[in-house]
Parts: sequence; structure tokens; C-alpha cells
Amino acid sequence: MTNLIEIRNVTHAYRTEEGPLPVLDGLELAVPENGFCAVVGPSGCGKSTLTRLIAGLMFPDQGEVWLHGERVSSPRKTVGMAFQNPVLLEWRTIMDNITLPLEIVAPRMSRHARRERAEALLALVGLEGFGDKRPSELSGGMRQRASLCRSLVHKPEVLILDEPFGALDAFTREDLWQTMHQLRAEESFTTVLITHDLRESVYLGDQVVVLSGRPARTQYVMQIEDPVPRPIDMLYSAASVEKLATLRHQIQIAQGRAPAEEAAQ
Amino acid sequence: MKVHPRKILAPLAGLLIVGLFWEWLVWYNQWPTYVMAAPSDVGPRFLDFYELFAVYSWQTLWRTVAGLMIAIVVGTLFGMLMGLSRILNDALYPLLVGFNAVPKATVVPIMALLFVGQHDFNTIMIAFMISFFPISVSVAIGLSTLEPEYRDILRSLGASRFTIFWKIALPKTLPEFFGALKVAVTLAFIGTNLMEIVEPHGRGLGHLFQSGRINSDYPLMFAVLIALALLGIALYYVVVMLERIFAGWAVRNPT
Repeated sequence: MTNLIEIRNVTHAYRTEEGPLPVLDGLELAVPENGFCAVVGPSGCGKSTLTRLIAGLMFPDQGEVWLHGERVSSPRKTVGMAFQNPVLLEWRTIMDNITLPLEIVAPRMSRHARRERAEALLALVGLEGFGDKRPSELSGGMRQRASLCRSLVHKPEVLILDEPFGALDAFTREDLWQTMHQLRAEESFTTVLITHDLRESVYLGDQVVVLSGRPARTQYVMQIEDPVPRPIDMLYSAASVEKLATLRHQIQIAQGRAPAEEAAQ
Repeated sequence: MKVHPRKILAPLAGLLIVGLFWEWLVWYNQWPTYVMAAPSDVGPRFLDFYELFAVYSWQTLWRTVAGLMIAIVVGTLFGMLMGLSRILNDALYPLLVGFNAVPKATVVPIMALLFVGQHDFNTIMIAFMISFFPISVSVAIGLSTLEPEYRDILRSLGASRFTIFWKIALPKTLPEFFGALKVAVTLAFIGTNLMEIVEPHGRGLGHLFQSGRINSDYPLMFAVLIALALLGIALYYVVVMLERIFAGWAVRNPT
């Protein structure tokens, strides 16, 4: 199977007043079609830069980003994004927020067809009947659900999630993880999820990629073979606990708090 | 839209109490009208000169609104330039602050000499100059504080800069814009009257104020001030109404 997302040996530095600030150094990433790649790493290691590279919002100094066999050289309509901040437009209803990408990607699509598509997604994430509400009338978890609907409304090939569950309370977060599995079961998309939560990465990911501290390179890749959708109990199995311990150790190495030799054993 | 009776009764009660206090203050101190006119002296002046009040109020009003319109167009334009470009922001900001710091009373004679006899034009220009600054600043701040995620969501879909501006940046700036417009409305009145009083040319409420002064008709001067206040209140609430229509989503419902 070919990889839908391929990042080959990407190196990037930001130009600052104190000289170049390297953020990515020989990063490698490969996600098969309909795969789910969770990326974890220390704070400020360039994870958000990675999302902007995949979305075609910026381009690396060296190396290549490939989507579906094409080198990324401009923004693409086949990408959906969701962030920690749901950034819903307060002056639009939930329905009009969700259909916003369609206004740009498919301007000729009829209003009725747009609404139908949005209604289907709203039902899938448990927001049936909330289309006419304003964002300010929704709770944080509901806003994030709406934000997920918006990122998927135009049926993107690639879904980029930049810590979308990071600001939610623990219970709401677990609810949204399960919603994410439901979305994967019904829709078809390839995901890159940036997260700080190891449990989240193991529960959602087909593979978990640990990035080293800045400048980031691929330090460790773990495959999670459990079939999807997964029950939440999966996190408490002995195999998962072991995986979490391994990942935690890898993060400590990335943070420079544990010697790297130990990992080689 | 249903208006709660309190919304009408409370301001009327406030007006009545202040009016009575004013009347009492003048009566208690036994002030003659050339020190301070009481509401009972001022009221009859409106009846005596109601035709003049109507004509001059209209002249003041339309020139203020015209100045305000130019201020909205120019102010928004400057705000857009400064909000969307860092370089233009750095280049224009000190200029605008300096321009705003110049007392407009000193600009009035300069305008009068520059465009001799163009009274309407001069008055409109002063109203515009005094009121465009807050609009520029608030539009600039509204645009420059747009969270990058908003832009990224549309840009990642290949949306043009104009589309992002039209669909996100512009509507998001509307609450700030209307906040500034409320300030600008009252400033524009000050501008119009400054011109009418400092360089009298026989038009507007400022002219009526000057006539009162020249003829030692002190109650008339007070009557003009009240007429100006009424015009200001009316225009202010027009802006509030527009705000409700175009940026009502930003007003939180009391819970």
C-alpha cells in the first residue's frame, strides 16, 4: 500500500533576529491511506510547524512533503484542519460555520446539499439539532465537535489535528476520542494528530511517532495494531500499559531527562 | 423587538430629576440669567425661535453626518492598511497620533484661509478630521489581533486574501468598529460646532449660539447647547441601532 502522506528528510529553520532557529532536522514520516498517525514530543519541538508543512501553508528549507503522490507546493483543497482553539465564527450559526469550507472549495454546491452534508456530520458527532445555535451557546466540548465537523465537511483526504482535545476536561476528552473513532468508521480520511497526551496517542493512533527535542527529528515510531474502533478499556490492557511506559521513556529521552543509550538496549 | 418600559421610563426619570435640580439650583442661588439660565428661561426660547432651530439644526446635522461618513471611509481605509501591513502600521501610526494631537481649534482658521468661502466643505472637513482617528485605531487593532488559526483554516483551502478578509476579518472587526463609531459621533459634533463658532459663517447651531452671545440672550445660548445634546443623543442611538443589526451577535444576552 502506498503512503498518502510522506515526509522525507525535512529540515527547516526560522529566521530570527538572533540568527536561524532550526526547528526540524531530518524529519521522516509516512502515513498510509486512511491511517492515523499520532505525533508526540516535548513542548516547542516544531510539531505545529509540521502541520503547516503538510497543509502547504509553508515549505521546508530542505526535504520534501508528498501528499497522494504529489509534492506539496501550495495549499490544497484536500486538507482539513482543527486546532486546540475551535475558532468558530461567532456571527455565524453552527450550520454556517460548518459549511464555510464548502463556500470556498465547492462554491457551486447547492445550499440544500451543503446543509444535508453538514447535518449528517452533526448527527455523527452527537450535535443533531444544534445547527441553528450560535457558537456562544455551546459548551467547549460541543464547540470542538463542531470544529471537527467543519474540518471534515469537504471530505478532505488529509485531516490535520493540532491538539484539538488539549483544552478539554478529562471526561469530555474521552468522549471526543470515541467520537473520533466513530468518524473514522463512517468517513474516509488520513490523519495526523499532534498531541501532548500519550494515552490519546495510543487510543487513537495506528502509529505513534515520538519527535526529539528541538530541532525535531523522528526519534521513535511505534505501531499500534489493535483493530479500530477501539473500546476505551483498551487503554487499561497490559499491552497498552507497556506501550505507554515505552512512550513515556522515549519522551524523557527527547526531553534530555534520560540517557539515550538506555533506549538502545 | 419588544422594548421594556424601564428602558423608556428610567432615562425620562433621570432627565426630570436633573432638570428639577438645575431649576432649584438657579432659584436657590437667585442667579440672574447672565450667570446661569434655568430650564424655565430656556424652554420659551425654543418656542420663540423654533423655525431657526429647525433650519440650523438641520445644517449642523447634515454636515456632521457628512463628515462622519468621510471619517468612516477614510478611517476604515487607514485602519485596514495599518491592520494588514506591519510596515504601513509602523509608518503611519506616529503620523496619525501627531495629526490627532493637533488641537482642531487651531486647524479651523487654517482651513478657513485655505478654502475661503467654502463653508460647508470646511465644516465637513473639520468634523471628519476630529473623528476619524478612533475608527482607524480600532479597525487596525481588530484586524491585527485576528487569531492565526482563522486565517490558516481558509488559507489551507486555497482561499484568496480577499476572501479571508471578506468572510472573517471584516465581520470580526465590526464590534470594535461600532465601539469607535460611538466615540466618533460625539467628536464629529464637536468638530462641526468648532467651525461654526470659531469661524462663524451664518449657518448651523454654532451661529445661533454666537447670535445669542452677541445679543446678550443668555437663555438662547443654553437652548442651543440643549439642542446640540439632543442631536448628539439622536445620532448616537442611530449608531446603536446599526450596531444591533450588523453586530448584534457580539452583544451577550443578559442571563
